Amino acid sequence: MAGEGDLKLLGMVVSPFVVRVRMALHLKGVSYEYIEQDLFNKGELLLRYNPVHKKVPVLIHNGKPVCESLAIVQYVDEVWAASSPSILPTDPHERAVARFWAAYVDDKFFPAWIGIMRAETEEERAKKMSEMAAVVKQLEVALAQCSNGKDFFSGDSVGYLDIAVGCNLFWLDAMRKMFGVVVIDAARTPFFAAWADRFRESDVGKVALPDADIAAEYAKKIQAHRAAAVASK
Amino acid sequence: MAAGDDLKLIGAWPSPFVTRVKLAPSFKGLSFENVEEDISNKSELLLSSNPVHKKVPVLLHHGKPICESVVIVQYIDAWADPGTGPSLLSSDPHERAVARFWAAYIDDKLVASWMQSFRGKTEEEKSEGTKQMFAAVETLEGALRECSKGEGYFGGESVGLVDVSLGSLLSWLKATEMMSGAKIFDPVKTPLLAAWVERFGELDGAKTALPDVDRVVEFAKMRQAQAAAAAAASEN
Repeated sequence: MAGEGDLKLLGMVVSPFVVRVRMALHLKGVSYEYIEQDLFNKGELLLRYNPVHKKVPVLIHNGKPVCESLAIVQYVDEVWAASSPSILPTDPHERAVARFWAAYVDDKFFPAWIGIMRAETEEERAKKMSEMAAVVKQLEVALAQCSNGKDFFSGDSVGYLDIAVGCNLFWLDAMRKMFGVVVIDAARTPFFAAWADRFRESDVGKVALPDADIAAEYAKKIQAHRAAAVASK
Repeated sequence: MAAGDDLKLIGAWPSPFVTRVKLAPSFKGLSFENVEEDISNKSELLLSSNPVHKKVPVLLHHGKPICESVVIVQYIDAWADPGTGPSLLSSDPHERAVARFWAAYIDDKLVASWMQSFRGKTEEEKSEGTKQMFAAVETLEGALRECSKGEGYFGGESVGLVDVSLGSLLSWLKATEMMSGAKIFDPVKTPLLAAWVERFGELDGAKTALPDVDRVVEFAKMRQAQAAAAAAASEN
């Protein structure tokens, strides 16, 4: 595709932040070279292009790195502005609202589900689930506010806030398989649950969301790593 | 666009996030109505405008609320008339992405560690906060070198998003220097940043928006006394 230049994405298959960027690139129809990183043994490319955080995702465009998933998504939207759809809303106030909720997803929603994942006892997990319930309720409110009754946070089609939230869905599905917990309950947050189903079935959801089983396998690998680290002390 | 285009800022003078929002219109020559909030007794206006976090700052534009300081700054920059002054964000997408990266770094690393050095529950927690704060400052020296490209600001020739993000903390960081006796922006270790602090502080926009350092010191001491009293009371 014309005007792409040399585009590489450093990622890790089950990182929701990497999935978020892959979704943005897919929405714009941009092709790129994907390079899977071993986060237990970080390679030279990752350390060179993200020396500050040493984390994925990192987008490398014509040799220049862009880090932090939301900054990358906005970068992709701006560079490929000529390709539709527009990922961020065009109206400044709607854009501000979308950015507000995307920040909420990273500051509240992500740590909340990580807390459920990492809980070491049933009791702790139940506590984390009830903390998550308050967050999910807020996202139900956000959906009502942003979608105006349409299918997605961004309206008729998938946009910034849909991918900001949606990139986490496969981990919620993995946790249901692993622990039997249901984070997005249709009985309590019906609109949000319907949105989640629609997002999974959307083109970008089907292409970019990894299988929940892969996430569950990775979670076991992390647990084994932690156990080994503790045992070797 | 007329000055005071129904712009209202719900804020509290000690909050550096409120200062951050005051800096943006200050640099763009916009005027706004300042609504001072009593944080210990939050108003109906604040609670209804920011029901999710119930925090300041909140910008009300024609009555519509915008929350989160970095979101508000970008909103003001995008919406304000180009005639009001240079944009806080470059038109180049890569430079914009780098600015957003460093703005996030300032809040996630510098502000977080500085708050820990102040509010940490144990001496150990506080000194870990201080250590991380100095590490963040060193990283920001490198960021300034990279972003300024030999000019005076993170934004290059003129003030940008990162200058506003970091500049908003200056009164508090200077207050911390006065109270602890340690220099945060050491001219020997971080010469570019030390020069930037002087330069930024001299700007009219900064002088208007930044609270007086002595007032901040007094406020900080009062807060510390309150925290100590609360801790002592809970031990009884």
